[in-house]
Amino acid sequence: MSDTATSITPANTRLPDRPPAPEWHGAEARFRVTPHVLKTRRLEAVAKWIFFGMSAAMIVPLLAIIIYLVERAWPSLSLDFLLNVPAKGMTEGGIWPALVGTIYLVLISLSVSAPIGILAAVYLNEYAKDNWFNRLINLAVINLAGVPSIVHALFGLGAFVYAAKFGYSILSASLTLAIMTLPVIIASTREALASVPMSFREACWNVGASRWQTIKSVVLPNSISGILTGVILQVSRAAGETAPIMFTGAVFYKAVQKGDLLPYYLNEQCMALSMHLYTISTQVPGVKESIPYATAVVLLAAVLLVNLAAIALRVYLRSRKKW
Amino acid sequence: MKNPTAANSPPPTTDRPTRSRWAIFGEKTLETVIRLCGISAIIFVVGIFFFVFKEAMPMLGREDFSVTQFLFSREWYPTSEQNVRYGVLAMIVGTFSVTVLAMIIAVPFGLGAAIYVSEFCGPRMKETLKIIIELLAAIPSVVWGFIGLTVMSQILVKYAGAQVGVNILNGGIILALMSVPIIVSIGEDALKAVPDSYREAGLALGANKWQLVYRVLLPAAKNGLLAAVLLGVGRAVGETMAVLMATGHAVQIPHGILDSVRTLTANIAAELGEAPEHSDHYRVLFLTGVLLFTITFVVNLTADLVIRGLRKK
Repeated sequence: MSDTATSITPANTRLPDRPPAPEWHGAEARFRVTPHVLKTRRLEAVAKWIFFGMSAAMIVPLLAIIIYLVERAWPSLSLDFLLNVPAKGMTEGGIWPALVGTIYLVLISLSVSAPIGILAAVYLNEYAKDNWFNRLINLAVINLAGVPSIVHALFGLGAFVYAAKFGYSILSASLTLAIMTLPVIIASTREALASVPMSFREACWNVGASRWQTIKSVVLPNSISGILTGVILQVSRAAGETAPIMFTGAVFYKAVQKGDLLPYYLNEQCMALSMHLYTISTQVPGVKESIPYATAVVLLAAVLLVNLAAIALRVYLRSRKKW
Repeated sequence: MKNPTAANSPPPTTDRPTRSRWAIFGEKTLETVIRLCGISAIIFVVGIFFFVFKEAMPMLGREDFSVTQFLFSREWYPTSEQNVRYGVLAMIVGTFSVTVLAMIIAVPFGLGAAIYVSEFCGPRMKETLKIIIELLAAIPSVVWGFIGLTVMSQILVKYAGAQVGVNILNGGIILALMSVPIIVSIGEDALKAVPDSYREAGLALGANKWQLVYRVLLPAAKNGLLAAVLLGVGRAVGETMAVLMATGHAVQIPHGILDSVRTLTANIAAELGEAPEHSDHYRVLFLTGVLLFTITFVVNLTADLVIRGLRKK
């Protein structure tokens, strides 16, 4: 009796002891923990810990590595390091020009990819019918996200540097970055637009608004924060990329004054943080030991902080969402 | 995918008296712009293929260059004066070996973590883990490369007895860490897509959670999990900076996982800067780009078809 009783019990719930069953069985017929139940529970606990271990095995060593990086970087980390220019053939000094260069690249690529990406998402979510052509667009977005970064670099070189004759410049590098990060914006904007309930749109149509009026006055205002999250993610992605800018506009070294805010023009080459990290850790001999670590930590911190901001924004939004 | 917006279009109005002709014209223009942005993704993908192929094409028509030799010769002497050879077999083997090793590490751990996040942990733990995984995915590849170059190579020299710290094992571990987040998030989506009635049926039959995962969820979600793995492969094949810094730079067919190799991506990144503009060497590097584009295109297309098949069902 107890055996059949246990096997229909949901395995993860502990049943409270039941009152004694009616006497007609003659014997004591309450729920008992049999060896079979014990075995089941043990197996479950083991499985849970194995899967937990698999998750932890990916995360814990990484945290250790990051702590190690910060520790090695510590001697160089200071405000001066951020604001100074590299000195003595990049073996000493700071990272100011690379920092400004990265900010420029990110902002310019953002100003290109944000409008295109958001409008593309509006098309896909609000206008597109389910036909072969729009499935093709979806496929293209997915594949655009999967193209290797070095192939984007080749494309930037062929299309912007040579065919469009922008030369090796901030402009070429930013455009390459913009195309590369477009799928990030499209994906998150679509998600934001799709989360606006259909009834909002229907209400707006019913008072006689056209499709675009509905989008402008109802859909976009209600999804603006989700779109913002996508934009923030684009920033972090663009800031970390190296390969696409390596051959289109980023250089190893460019002389810039300390603290100069506008050191670059659109048609000039620039330094970038990610490229700088690659350069000083592989190409330049005799760099002061803590400097590459400090550069890596600055880049890592910048990217992670931007991402945390996006996550915080999302959590905040979810908490105050009214529908 | 079914689009709810298109199905419920606004009802046609018989009279619209108040809006000026300019307002309507402006709106039509804007909608055209939106449509153009919509198809921009197609334009960009075709554009990428076109421009990369355009730079590589002159090489294909040449008498002294054969694609077979390009793909199957292990001799890569792009700058040699007398005996120029462009064979990328060593690089293909390099890419293949690093990717396979990365997947051997990443697939069990990634799927294990996906199962844990989706089935075993509580809601608070789930949120935390998902945030951590998202942050992991955000770490720039050049930082991964730096970790491989400094931390991982020291560890490998010390404990694995490697002569050079930068090798297949190093690149494989770094790539595994890089592709785990994508495997976890897509894999978790796949498990979440299994209807709860499956779980309830399993529990009602007296299965415990392990049996539920092994006998019910894995078979039901196998397409989605396969797609997760494929996307992980796509990421690993296309990764550039991390493998450039972590796998060493030897153009050779490796004999063990402690040998240095060079991958297709790293080869382009390392040599494009030195190849003179529009030279043969430069064009061959673009041809390598076409090869990479094709590989990742096929992998991503397969993953998409697998996911789509899942949705239809």
